[in-house]
Amino acid sequence: MGEILVVVEHRQGEVRDITFEMLFKAGELCKEFSHTLTAVVLGGKEEQFIDEVAKRSDNVIYYEDDRLKNFSADLYKEVLNGLIEETRPFITLIGHSSWGMDLAPSLSIKTGYPLATDCVDILIEDGHPKVIRQIYSGKVFSKMSFKESDGYIVTVRPGSFQPPETIEEKNGGVIKKDLPGDLPEMRKKFIEFIDSGAGDVDITQADLLVSVGRGIGEAENVQAMKELAERMGGVLACSRPVVDKNWLPKYYQVGTSGKSVKPKVYLAFGISGAFQHLAGITGAGTVIAINKDKKAPIFRVADYGVVDDLFKVADALKEQLKEG
Amino acid sequence: MDIIICVKRIPMTQEVDLEIDDSGKDIKKDALAYVVNDWDNYAIEESVILKEKLGGTVTVITVGDEDDEDVLRRALAMGADKAIRIEPGELELDGFLISNILAQVIKGLEYDLVLTGVQADDDNFGMVGIMLAEKLGLAHSAVVTGFEAEGSEATINVELEGGLDEVSKIKLPALLSIQTGINEPRYVSIMGIRKAGKKELNVVKVEDIGLSDEELVRQTIIEEYFLPPETEGAEMIEGDPSNVAEAILRILKEKGVSV
Ligand SMILES: Cc1cc2nc3c(=O)[nH]c(=O)nc-3n(C[C@H](O)[C@H](O)[C@H](O)COP(=O)(O)OP(=O)(O)OC[C@H]3O[C@@H](n4cnc5c(N)ncnc54)[C@H](O)[C@@H]3O)c2cc1C
Repeated sequence: MGEILVVVEHRQGEVRDITFEMLFKAGELCKEFSHTLTAVVLGGKEEQFIDEVAKRSDNVIYYEDDRLKNFSADLYKEVLNGLIEETRPFITLIGHSSWGMDLAPSLSIKTGYPLATDCVDILIEDGHPKVIRQIYSGKVFSKMSFKESDGYIVTVRPGSFQPPETIEEKNGGVIKKDLPGDLPEMRKKFIEFIDSGAGDVDITQADLLVSVGRGIGEAENVQAMKELAERMGGVLACSRPVVDKNWLPKYYQVGTSGKSVKPKVYLAFGISGAFQHLAGITGAGTVIAINKDKKAPIFRVADYGVVDDLFKVADALKEQLKEG
Repeated sequence: MDIIICVKRIPMTQEVDLEIDDSGKDIKKDALAYVVNDWDNYAIEESVILKEKLGGTVTVITVGDEDDEDVLRRALAMGADKAIRIEPGELELDGFLISNILAQVIKGLEYDLVLTGVQADDDNFGMVGIMLAEKLGLAHSAVVTGFEAEGSEATINVELEGGLDEVSKIKLPALLSIQTGINEPRYVSIMGIRKAGKKELNVVKVEDIGLSDEELVRQTIIEEYFLPPETEGAEMIEGDPSNVAEAILRILKEKGVSV
């Protein structure tokens, strides 16, 4: 019997969804293989979410110190390395988020535990963990195992596991711990959070979004799609590369680092369907994808698909609207 | 400011039907075109912008075979000063092993800053940069969208989920993994690449950098690659564009969107 350790991700006093997703998956694995589920919280004094975590774990280890209020890879790495040396968990789960991407690789080197990142599933076969990952923008899946070790670290892609609405409560005991006394000097200092997303168009309220991706090709084409969106009574939105190229401001962006949207219909023109994009449209009623590539991953999640040149479809829509 | 930047050449897989090769552990790559990884392109641009502003040198490194020199020459054309290719020979690489190799070579160089892309658009690990930082004992940050140097420190922006950025101060030397959109990468002409051919490009073999056999073992093992199941997915709308447009408008109406 081993232990599965889940590193709780929280921000501004709230647990992030990825934490519940990891606790759910870890719970399933623990049930099947009689492992113990331990959640570890690195947080400030009297964090309000500890109960929510305890309900879903066999044990909670809570490092309670105001220096841990905000994420710090340097601090997390020191504290978790100490804990892992002591308890040797079989699998340590970390979210594949911006913070997880900063923490997990360095923790892996420090602990010597092999790491697999961005995993969409975790299996245990003959006592060995195996992971499923998506590669080549989601066009190929890979199954991976690890070099033999007594512990492994896995980062989990957000949205891969869906915890049910009602859970079997576990009521794990909370063990409070202090920060170790001999911490090295911290080389990164948190200053502030800033909102990068505000603007004069609100894509989160629209019933119809006409969203454009890198397939739009050039800045000039964006305007034509904006006109189409307006003709259709909808609002324009986009994927990240369109913002990266400065063709549209950030507040048009859908996805993990942009906005989560919930239109009745989401029309995706020339968007391949990376998970960071799809995470933003889980609330959409109906998704219609138009893409030249019949193997584009977006067709696996869309309700309707069109394999064609987006400009031909856009022109045809304009024609129909003229007639109608 | 002396900057080291690590880059990778990757196959372009949009609009291509990918196939698994006979080993079952790779894709067929013969017919694919290759480009510089998008994230790395932004990192190269960032290093060149910093050099232009603050002086110093930019050294670009890749672990790869001769064909991968394309992305080094391209970086040299963008403004990097010298390039290093580490030839891995027959080694089977994973993120861990690449970071071992890079660390061993970079250890012997002078630098204030090491940049990588957040991830590569082929196997999407997003781990090489931060593993490298830990091996070099550097301060680090992932998913960086802003950098302003002030003496021995820098103010950086890290992009978080949900449209929030985190601003922090980091001590130099540091390693940052660069996110797309941090700048506008400059255009590279064929002429530019030709001219950059005069710049220094050194090749070192992995067996000559002083890593032991144990240090050249990967941590992850590919069991198999497979294509996603065909069964799931969208209902396809067939027909010419005008039929498609009609169908889309019909669906909009059904779903209660007034056009
Ligand atoms: C930390 C992090 C956060 C991220 N956050 C986000 C986010 O919030 N939102 C987001 O969108 N991405 C985000 N990304 C980026 C994401 O991984 C993808 O790179 C991005 O979503 C790809 O955008 P795309 O689909 O427009 O472009 P591509 O993947 O390049 O796809 C373009 C598609 O257009 C099709 N196409 C091309 N020409 C035509 C044509 N004429 N007609 C029809 N189809 C055509 C192609 O077949 C292709 O499928 C993030 C990445 C990271 C690492």
